[in-house]
Amino acid sequence: MTGILFLEQALNGLQFGLMLFLLAAGLTLVFGIMDMINLAHGSLYMVGAYLVAAATTASGSFWIGLVAGVVGAALFGVLLELTVLRRLYTRDHLSQVLGTFAILLMCNEAVRFIWGSQPVLLSPPDSLSGPVELLPGFHYPAYRLLIIGVGLVVALGLWGLITRTRIGMQLRAGASNREMALAMGVPVRALFTALFGLGAALCAVAGGLLGPLLAVQVGMGESILILAFVVIVIGGIGSVRGALLGALLVGVVDTAGRTLIPLLFGAVLGPEAADNAGPAVASILIYVLMAAVLFFKPRGLFPAHG
Amino acid sequence: MNHQVPFALLRRTFFAAAVSAVLTVPALAADHVKIGLLSTLSGPGAGLGIDIRDGFQLAVKLNGGKLGGLPAEVVVADDQASPDVGRQTADRLVKRDKVDFMTGIVFSNVMLAAGAPTFAAKTFYISANAGPSQYAGEQCNPYFFSASWQNDNQHEAVGKTVADKGFKRVALIAPNYPAGKDALAGFKRFYTGGEIVSESYTPLNLLDYGAELSKLRAAKPDAVYIFLPGGLGINFIKQFVGAGLSKDMTLFGPGFSADEDVIKAVGNPMLGMFNTSQWAHDLDNAANKKFVAAFEKEYGRLPTLYASQGYDAANLIAAAVRDTKGKLDDKAAVHKALKAAKFDSVRGSFKFNSNQFPIQDYYLRIITSDSKGRVTNRTIGTVFKNHADAYAASCKMPAL
Amino acid sequence: MAEPVQTPAGARSLLDHALGWRWALPLFVFLLALPLITPLIGGDFYLGLAARILIFALAATSLNLILGFGGLVSFGHAAFVGVGAYTAGVLLQEGVHSAWILWPAAMVVTALFAAVIGAICLRTRGVYFIMITLAFAQMLYYLAISTKAYGGDDGLSLAARGTLGGGLELANERTFYWTTLALVTLALLLVWRLLNARFGHALQAMRENETRMEAVGFAVYGHRLMAFVIAGALAGLAGALLASLGGFVSPSMMQWSQSGLLMVMVILGGVGHLWGGVIGAVVFLLLEEVLSHYTIYWQFVLGAALLAVVLVAPNGLMSLFRRRGTP
Repeated sequence: MTGILFLEQALNGLQFGLMLFLLAAGLTLVFGIMDMINLAHGSLYMVGAYLVAAATTASGSFWIGLVAGVVGAALFGVLLELTVLRRLYTRDHLSQVLGTFAILLMCNEAVRFIWGSQPVLLSPPDSLSGPVELLPGFHYPAYRLLIIGVGLVVALGLWGLITRTRIGMQLRAGASNREMALAMGVPVRALFTALFGLGAALCAVAGGLLGPLLAVQVGMGESILILAFVVIVIGGIGSVRGALLGALLVGVVDTAGRTLIPLLFGAVLGPEAADNAGPAVASILIYVLMAAVLFFKPRGLFPAHG
Repeated sequence: MNHQVPFALLRRTFFAAAVSAVLTVPALAADHVKIGLLSTLSGPGAGLGIDIRDGFQLAVKLNGGKLGGLPAEVVVADDQASPDVGRQTADRLVKRDKVDFMTGIVFSNVMLAAGAPTFAAKTFYISANAGPSQYAGEQCNPYFFSASWQNDNQHEAVGKTVADKGFKRVALIAPNYPAGKDALAGFKRFYTGGEIVSESYTPLNLLDYGAELSKLRAAKPDAVYIFLPGGLGINFIKQFVGAGLSKDMTLFGPGFSADEDVIKAVGNPMLGMFNTSQWAHDLDNAANKKFVAAFEKEYGRLPTLYASQGYDAANLIAAAVRDTKGKLDDKAAVHKALKAAKFDSVRGSFKFNSNQFPIQDYYLRIITSDSKGRVTNRTIGTVFKNHADAYAASCKMPAL
Repeated sequence: MAEPVQTPAGARSLLDHALGWRWALPLFVFLLALPLITPLIGGDFYLGLAARILIFALAATSLNLILGFGGLVSFGHAAFVGVGAYTAGVLLQEGVHSAWILWPAAMVVTALFAAVIGAICLRTRGVYFIMITLAFAQMLYYLAISTKAYGGDDGLSLAARGTLGGGLELANERTFYWTTLALVTLALLLVWRLLNARFGHALQAMRENETRMEAVGFAVYGHRLMAFVIAGALAGLAGALLASLGGFVSPSMMQWSQSGLLMVMVILGGVGHLWGGVIGAVVFLLLEEVLSHYTIYWQFVLGAALLAVVLVAPNGLMSLFRRRGTP
């Protein structure tokens, strides 16, 4: 039985970690290449989820909804970049914090205005709402397997983009030394816009996939945003490889912690401690992990900058 | 140099505008009744608050925009299920907007935080949902009336039902906040003849129940009792069924986890689930028939028990206004009128206990398909008649 | 031990900050007289609002001390406000009612936390400093949630506000307001004197060029830690006042979004300007109050206003009124 428990936690952690990676990848590239702190990244996740939910309801099919929502979110990201975010590149970090915070507020209210305060219903496709028997006696939700599958495919695709294409090369060059990349003739403006669109698309995939599992509601981006920042700090700012490793680490530690720590507390300190302190300590675990990583590797696991 | 003139002007006009906007006093009128409806209108609990609000406003509408003969002004505010925000907003409603009655709070932790400023301002609170054991017993207050129930009641009814049906191994899950504690205390008070194999309290904002489901798989109960209202219940039930656990474990819940809002989101997987409530939409009395028909007509959906509670709260307030002939400053008279509760409740007969919580019947419901092919609740029996809460004896009601 | 270049007595250096008596004094008189005006416009509620704005002005100014003048972007400042609030709250719960004990206790406890946290965080730089301060704040937040004895996630309701002794009850709105005004004014004067003294000059110089100051012989780490502790203590005082004002403490006071809010106030008002924190807090909270009258989507308008300020003003609102621009 305990073997099944660990296996289940490992799979749940993998699932959550891959989704975190989708968010962190866009965030680390924007921070690393454009040197911009983007607090509105969580809003892209939220808008993505809402668009997927709307498209799913309109079309009746989860798959169409997912694709349409992702495309819509990418367009939204590009629009945001062209109109507002572009003006913040040359500003100092604190102004970027204020500016993107303002955008966060506006996105929240705009979504509330269009879709209301109540969470929007998004269900997994009927074919995937049941369990799959992975091992004799061990059933795992099919939908979570889908998330893992899509997450792996996207991660692979991103890896291919970054390491095998010209654009990927330009991104990596920009991440490690922006001035030099500029001097070497990288088309900066277009690249930045494309990057934002890509980041928004990744966020929308994560939002659309996690929506049926969690909830599509106003403010859903804030809680996951902070985790994304922790991930990119652990992984090293500007590195997609670091974002992947960091995300998997955080995903597994967070998920496993939430199950195992209360169990541990319950066994050692009693049920009261398990219910009161357990979840809290499990939440702190990620920050302890971050502090530990920074202690040994102060620039993160795979710092991109030379 | 040139910039300083326009900016100085800008600064002055801004401050002047701000100050004058803040200082604009809304016209105070003593000839209408003002009600502060503070409820959860966002987040996973939003469905509950929205239903309370809709039920309340329907009552006002059916009375021609009046309550008890006076034009009614309902100020709606969102507590975001946060005790912090709830307390501040309640403070604002009683101090700035000077409402005559407060109502609407869904969650007991918000209730306990918002209660203090409300009672300190000597404003009557008519609860359309939250009924914490603290206010039923040791901290009872003359300004608090529950038009719904006391938190433990529905769970007590399920406890008795599960015992009657002979389940020997039960797992319990509730959120880690005052009402969650009340819930499982109530269940255990009436569950006999078996063993509680696991009792866990989850964070109130938890949406991913993977850890809980692993625990259940390990504990192997034959019945699972969940108190997870609104969005929490929706997520849990979907994930419970998704993990394949519904094959081996029977799911029970109070009315909170099995009403129209959850049914609409989950659907067929909920068929056959037992639950208990003090109200059902198929209760056979005139007031209820009128309410259900009007609600369906106005909002295009069947009412939940939350809506029925909001509706009853409005009519209770209307009765108090009517019986005091609008003299709302006479707190003693309003209190007396509220306690008498002379109104037609959609539950049938309604009366208050000494601690200002209701004494009422609790029914057993099952989720089935009705004649129109909808998945909904059907009342199949009565679990308790004239049931009072367990805390009335420890309430020493202070004077007004 | 080297000294910064001596300016002739009376002459102002680039690192000095004027209090601006010309409009500060009338403002103070107005605030002093406010309790006499509020009964005309709806009474106690607005006095409570004014007290709340003053408290946040204090918290924002304390953050400005390290963020604006020290160049240390702390993303965990709300935790200090929370620690101060909980100290006062727990003491009140345990029966200690005298404000003369509550507030100093809150400041001392918070200063201790700031000393420990600062000692660890100040060894890092840049974005890592930001994240480490955030991490500590989150740890304190979760610690508060798990302490069910004092309410945990649901918060702690306080039965009393405290007393000043000699018949002065803080439950009286006016007494509380004037006390808050006095404390906030004193704190602002303290920060002003601090900034114009050698300590403040050194702190600002370290923000500009840390290596040079180290080379010249200043203990950068020690200076910054001192500033961190002072800022923490002031934030703790703000927290204690907030606890008394609302009669409620809850872990949500320490959330990272609250730290973000304080940062936004400082940035809005003007990083590195003496009045930056005050202006930022006043404008932000007044906007919130005014806008919520008119529309339930007031956060959208607020966001638009903040965005406009960012795009138009080079360094917060204060930079619009001063020729000096970015410090």
